Amino acid sequence: MSDKMHIKLNVNGKNEEFLAEPRELLIYTLRERLNITGPHIGCETSHCGACTVTINGKSVKSCTMFVAQADGAEVTTIEGIGGPDDLHPLQEAFKEHHGLQCGYCTPGMITRAKKLLEENPMPTEEEIRFGMAGNICRCTGYQNIVKSIQAAATEMASAKEAAE
Amino acid sequence: MKDEISREERVDNLKGMGCSRKRVEDARFTQGKGNYVDDVKLDGMLFGDFVRSPYAHANIKSIDTEAALKVPGVVAVLTAADLEPLGLHWMPTLAGDKQMVLADGKVLYQGQEVAYVIAEDRYAAADGIEAVEVEYEELQVVVDPFEALKSDVILRPDTVDENGKAVDGAHGPRNHPNHIFTWEAGDKDPTEEVIANAEIVAEEEMYYHRTHPCPLETCGCVASMDKVNGKLTLWGTFQAPHAIRTIVSLISGIEEHNIRVISPDIGGGFGNKVGAYPGYVCSVVASIVTGKPVKWIEDRMDNLMTTAFARDYWMKGKISATPEGKITGLHCHVTADHGGFDACADPTKFPAGFMNICTGSYDIPTAYLAVDGVYTNKAPGGVSYRCSFRVTEAVYFIERMIEVLAIKLDMDAAELRRINFIKKEQFPYKAALGWEYDSGDYHTAWDKALKTVDYDGLRAEQAQRVEDFKAGKTRKLMGVGLSFFTEIVGAGPVKNCDILGMGMFDSCEIRIHPTGSAIARLGTISQGQGHATTFAQILATEIGLSADSITIEEGDTDTAPYGLGTYGSRSTPVAGAAAAMVGRKIRAKAQMIAAYLLEVHDDDVEFDVDRFVVKGAPERFKTMKDIAFAAYNQAIPGIEPGLEAVSYYDPPNMTYPFGAYVCVMDIDVDTGVTDIRRFYALDDCGTRINPMVIEGQIHGGLTEALAVALGQEIAYDEMGNCKTGTLMDFFLPTAWEVPNYETDYTVTPSPHHPIGAKGVGESPHVGGVPCFSNAVQDAFRAFGLTHTNMPHDHWRIWKTANELGLHD
Repeated sequence: MSDKMHIKLNVNGKNEEFLAEPRELLIYTLRERLNITGPHIGCETSHCGACTVTINGKSVKSCTMFVAQADGAEVTTIEGIGGPDDLHPLQEAFKEHHGLQCGYCTPGMITRAKKLLEENPMPTEEEIRFGMAGNICRCTGYQNIVKSIQAAATEMASAKEAAE
Repeated sequence: MKDEISREERVDNLKGMGCSRKRVEDARFTQGKGNYVDDVKLDGMLFGDFVRSPYAHANIKSIDTEAALKVPGVVAVLTAADLEPLGLHWMPTLAGDKQMVLADGKVLYQGQEVAYVIAEDRYAAADGIEAVEVEYEELQVVVDPFEALKSDVILRPDTVDENGKAVDGAHGPRNHPNHIFTWEAGDKDPTEEVIANAEIVAEEEMYYHRTHPCPLETCGCVASMDKVNGKLTLWGTFQAPHAIRTIVSLISGIEEHNIRVISPDIGGGFGNKVGAYPGYVCSVVASIVTGKPVKWIEDRMDNLMTTAFARDYWMKGKISATPEGKITGLHCHVTADHGGFDACADPTKFPAGFMNICTGSYDIPTAYLAVDGVYTNKAPGGVSYRCSFRVTEAVYFIERMIEVLAIKLDMDAAELRRINFIKKEQFPYKAALGWEYDSGDYHTAWDKALKTVDYDGLRAEQAQRVEDFKAGKTRKLMGVGLSFFTEIVGAGPVKNCDILGMGMFDSCEIRIHPTGSAIARLGTISQGQGHATTFAQILATEIGLSADSITIEEGDTDTAPYGLGTYGSRSTPVAGAAAAMVGRKIRAKAQMIAAYLLEVHDDDVEFDVDRFVVKGAPERFKTMKDIAFAAYNQAIPGIEPGLEAVSYYDPPNMTYPFGAYVCVMDIDVDTGVTDIRRFYALDDCGTRINPMVIEGQIHGGLTEALAVALGQEIAYDEMGNCKTGTLMDFFLPTAWEVPNYETDYTVTPSPHHPIGAKGVGESPHVGGVPCFSNAVQDAFRAFGLTHTNMPHDHWRIWKTANELGLHD
């Protein structure tokens, strides 16, 4: 076993500092070290996207990234997207349009969808399906996930318009 | 007393049956606050993981754990030798067979559990696994079930006596040491006679390939033995927590009251999480040995390679008919590959599940089915992947045989179905293979489906496409996939359905609080179906309290009433019925209380939405909230305080949901790429509790059907190496591959279910697989294809086109 590394992260706005083995995966850091259990493990090979988080403004599958690679980064998980008092429109839309069933993929799905809408605020259905293809859901057949994202996009656009 | 709001508003306020109530589960899931088994953390918790066999068939010469025990963080290593004194080196399977917990002298499939390393965390466990040295002696591998039945290679030493002769198995005599059982239904001789004398006979062999339920969350558990109090708590991904408690008690000797099994949130099950796995047993033993909680979580490769595959049925069919197309007989033989152990989860009396529903939706006077179970050097299982026991196999079989017969008769396959459907007036219908279908109206559903999709128009378009293809104007063919399925779900009557002797009833218990809210608990467990939402709707309508005021709790065996869990679409047919019945018990007591409060006779009040009213004087009433408060706080002569009830429901029959599906597909013959242009799904699940949830179930089930039909498989090479152990090789569709579905319905309530509901979660998978497959096959019908096996991935479709000379 190699020497531990000194890691600094900002996770959901909170600074974290610790020593970790070079082989420690980011998902392990989040779930085991920091008790942030929203991101889930589904495959450990980057296929399913249940572990999706945002790192320095990019969607990343945290199951195949060493925490050392994220040293100094800003990490956002589902817990940083919205809670009981400040639900994100995507969180509301997923409930409203039945965009989830077992809920296991949902944190990764919403985290990814948020990024997608930042990059493309009013995506077409095709763009949503393509942009979400890195996140697997076994329950919903995606139809209502697409619907949820479309609804959130519309909601966010009208909120933005109202604010301007 | 005058009521301020209308009756309609009162009905709406209940959020009862029939409305698309939003799910109460979603708040926690959308905020990352679900609590799945891997989220369970206990002080001092250790982590267990397996040394697994790289070989499909080998003797184990030795296991050396010395180096592993020196690895930092490794606490202990268990092998079969450690489990044997406890009698836990083997365990019973739900199918009446037994299974090695840890390799006992040999391994029977790649990935089999050989040793269990217990360490302080997952990294240390992985290091420990690397350091365990196992010496194997490779044996001849048998992966082909037909070969297995002829082979001199005996896979299981426990299947032969000292003279090498096969001993009887759990389901009768074996005709070879690698043979597990023969199971028959129907009448052999009359069926063979009808077929032998028939004018038209169509025959086909088809392989329903091995696949896997592959829920996004893998299997896992946390075992915690509290040695001070003698209590074992076991959290896990259990679709049947009570059954797990009983099994753990039976095999460990710990008294059942000292075992608490908890299924927390489950990240999808689809049949993968019904059975008992070596990981559970080893974790329990490890916790007893170390005195600490022990967690075991499969990784994806473990999951795909070792726990609970589905299907793997080699089916051979003969179907006879008159020249006009009236079916006269059906014969089916199945060779069922169960892998190294028979670890399917069927009711005990049904070693091939409900495969005997394979006469489908058709009035077939004579039929015979025989299934031979076989051991091979593959992972054990044979579970029901999003279906009632083997019903997907049965429906695929008959829906393919119908298509093959249509080709033989040169007849339209929709018309062939129509003239053979069981007629509405024939229900309840006793099928040739034994089941009594409770209800159905197939012609109405079929006509609605064909009309909606403009079936004749589709056929005309398809004929034109064939012409265009032949004229070189297009390289794309068009397929119209049809399927009409009848499911058999809701196991089941205890008289014919038990698992290891545990009767398959289910239960609901409710406690109404004084202020008119309630908590209800059931013997089932949601894995995404939304029970907390929909069961509250049933209770709301039955009791007259808002669904929003009813908490639903499942999955904790210390609090929930005993039940057999959630699989085989049994939650609504069985536990849903128990919920309705428990509601009626509450109402019966409420009626007496209301009558007392209103100072009239019991018979002079009647239930109305959310209250009891005096008959003929609706302005005189007591709401259920009033009644709940009085039940606790007012001394009522002759009535004991409180308002709670429990109901155990043993259904008189299964339920028989049905549906009509049509898939329109374009196929590029040069690439084999499929494009699903349209998918129409009409489902009849009887009374509809929550249309939004039903629709969601149908979208999901169809997508799993698409996966199975178009690419998803567990495949092995001739050495027994599993070739599909990651999501790179095992097809799970993404949003990109999946179409939008059109859903529709008819409502034919179940006559014996208290609210007429039949179950729906698995229908789309059962009906969807043959529909997608039929679409592919139908595209090539004009070019001489009768049948080709699934999965229809691009390569196989290209090959079919090539074999038919379409690339010449």
